[in-house]
Amino acid sequence: MSDPSYLTLDRLTLSYGDTVAVRDLDLTIGRGELVALLGPSGCGKTTTMRAIAGLLTPTAGKISLDGADITRVSANKRAIGLVFQSYALFPHLTVYENVAFGLRLKGLRGSDLDTRVGAGLKSVGLTSFSGRKPAELSGGQQQRVALARSMVMEPKVLLLDEPLSNLDARLRLEMRTELQRVQKETGVTMIFVTHDQVEALALADRIIVMLNGGIEQIGTPEDIYNRPVSAFVADFVGFENVFALENGRLKTANGAVALSSPAPSSALGLAWRPRTVILGSGPFQGTVRGTSFAGNSREYLLDTPLGPIKAEVDAAAAVHAMGSALAFDLPVAAAASLAKYG
Amino acid sequence: MMRRLFLPLILFLVLVFLIGPFFIIVAASVSGGETLAFPPQGLSLRWVAKVFTVDSFRASFAMSMFLAIGGTLFALILGIPAAYALSRYRLPGGEAIRTMVSVPIIVPGIIVGLAILRYLVVPFSFDVTVALFFAHTALVLPYAVRVVSASLNNLRSDMEEAAVLLGSSRLGAFFRVVLPNIRSGVLAAFILGFVTSFNQVPVSLFLAKPGVQTLPIDMLGYMETTYDPSVAALSAMLAFLSIGIVFLAERFLGFSRYV
Repeated sequence: MSDPSYLTLDRLTLSYGDTVAVRDLDLTIGRGELVALLGPSGCGKTTTMRAIAGLLTPTAGKISLDGADITRVSANKRAIGLVFQSYALFPHLTVYENVAFGLRLKGLRGSDLDTRVGAGLKSVGLTSFSGRKPAELSGGQQQRVALARSMVMEPKVLLLDEPLSNLDARLRLEMRTELQRVQKETGVTMIFVTHDQVEALALADRIIVMLNGGIEQIGTPEDIYNRPVSAFVADFVGFENVFALENGRLKTANGAVALSSPAPSSALGLAWRPRTVILGSGPFQGTVRGTSFAGNSREYLLDTPLGPIKAEVDAAAAVHAMGSALAFDLPVAAAASLAKYG
Repeated sequence: MMRRLFLPLILFLVLVFLIGPFFIIVAASVSGGETLAFPPQGLSLRWVAKVFTVDSFRASFAMSMFLAIGGTLFALILGIPAAYALSRYRLPGGEAIRTMVSVPIIVPGIIVGLAILRYLVVPFSFDVTVALFFAHTALVLPYAVRVVSASLNNLRSDMEEAAVLLGSSRLGAFFRVVLPNIRSGVLAAFILGFVTSFNQVPVSLFLAKPGVQTLPIDMLGYMETTYDPSVAALSAMLAFLSIGIVFLAERFLGFSRYV
């Protein structure tokens, strides 16, 4: 069951003309994993997903699945499912026929077909909708039809393109639970593409953060959230005060600045969440340039010799007026140390 | 006051100009007199009946139907893949191909007819029926490509990818997913092509010869020798046929979306 290198990408490269969308990507995904490909638009995550599905041909590199090289296997023979962002249901067919589409091509007929389609529709709670056309369903229901249509094929890998981005907040939570349940019940290997770190953190066992066609960081949601390795990832997961280090000192527009305690020697940069900035005491000085109330907390934007600093304190704490001078500290112990900068 | 009356007046005159001849023809076709005349002299259906007894009308009607149905079908067989390629792939020279396909609409029919006659039929003693068939296909092709392209552009390409990932071949995806979803566009293209071909005069005029004629040419020839109301009766019947087709097409396809 557990095969840690079920799906492997080996120096995968894809380019369109002169533009390289994905460069020398190495990635290993285990059987039954739920993995997120996370990154901003243009980072190569969708290209990577489409290459795994076989909809794009790699310029170089190798893809293997379950011990077989599938780089040159055509998309219709890979046994990989894909739930499209737009769902891509067949509008001329009923819900039943949409789900039956792939099974019919496999040659299933009569009661065998009926049983499989019925089970697929039941698993997504749409049994009573089998006679409807896609246009008569809500967005959430359409997505579940798309999920059932892929899952009845018993794919080796199920890919999902931005599975939650078209849904409203309530449906999003519902679908998240649904995907986790389907994954647990069937044990299918799931890879989903998203630009939303909240989705990735909430849903995935493992997150692959991509940037500029390469992998920036791979880790558990906790790793990514607490221990970002690069300035980009740090900023992406909410460390809004990011600095490069130069000989153990912060590199700023006004030259190098010493910290209150020594920085780890291996770090090339340090990053702080607004939460961990200490206001009211410390070696640095700043002026309050902006403040906003956020329910449980209050956020401050400070003008400082280090550059702008974002801080967040308990809403119960004393309010600092706009324009007031304020001492603050960036405690090294609370910082994420970045092994990569830039 | 002047202004309020002016626009409806213009509208009325335009309608008279466009639809008026139709009423004249219908009235003339039920005339009891011996010559084509308006207002009709007496009331009779004998000229309507006469139409069905004229042999050359039967032959030329069959030829027109063959060209309109066969030519349009052939144009669709060529045009649907062309429209598909133009809308799905970024082809080198795609824009040039799109323009070239539209050329038969722009170039006057007289020129097309003369060119086919002078450079195909005469030097290669091309069979006239075959020449007519290809000429009509070429004339209908622009409509086939344009109308089908419009439907294809509204169809997302990820649907085909979904079909492929479910095990279908590319070609299978086209027949199972694309074609059923552009069906009404294809039908609209067929009707438009059929009517265009059926009403075609200038090209057919050059290519037709005794015995191989389309209906409009035959009617023209008939009128030169016999000035009786049967041509009006035939015209009226054809007009009602066209109205019927377009009415049904609008009712079941929403034809006006495509043209």
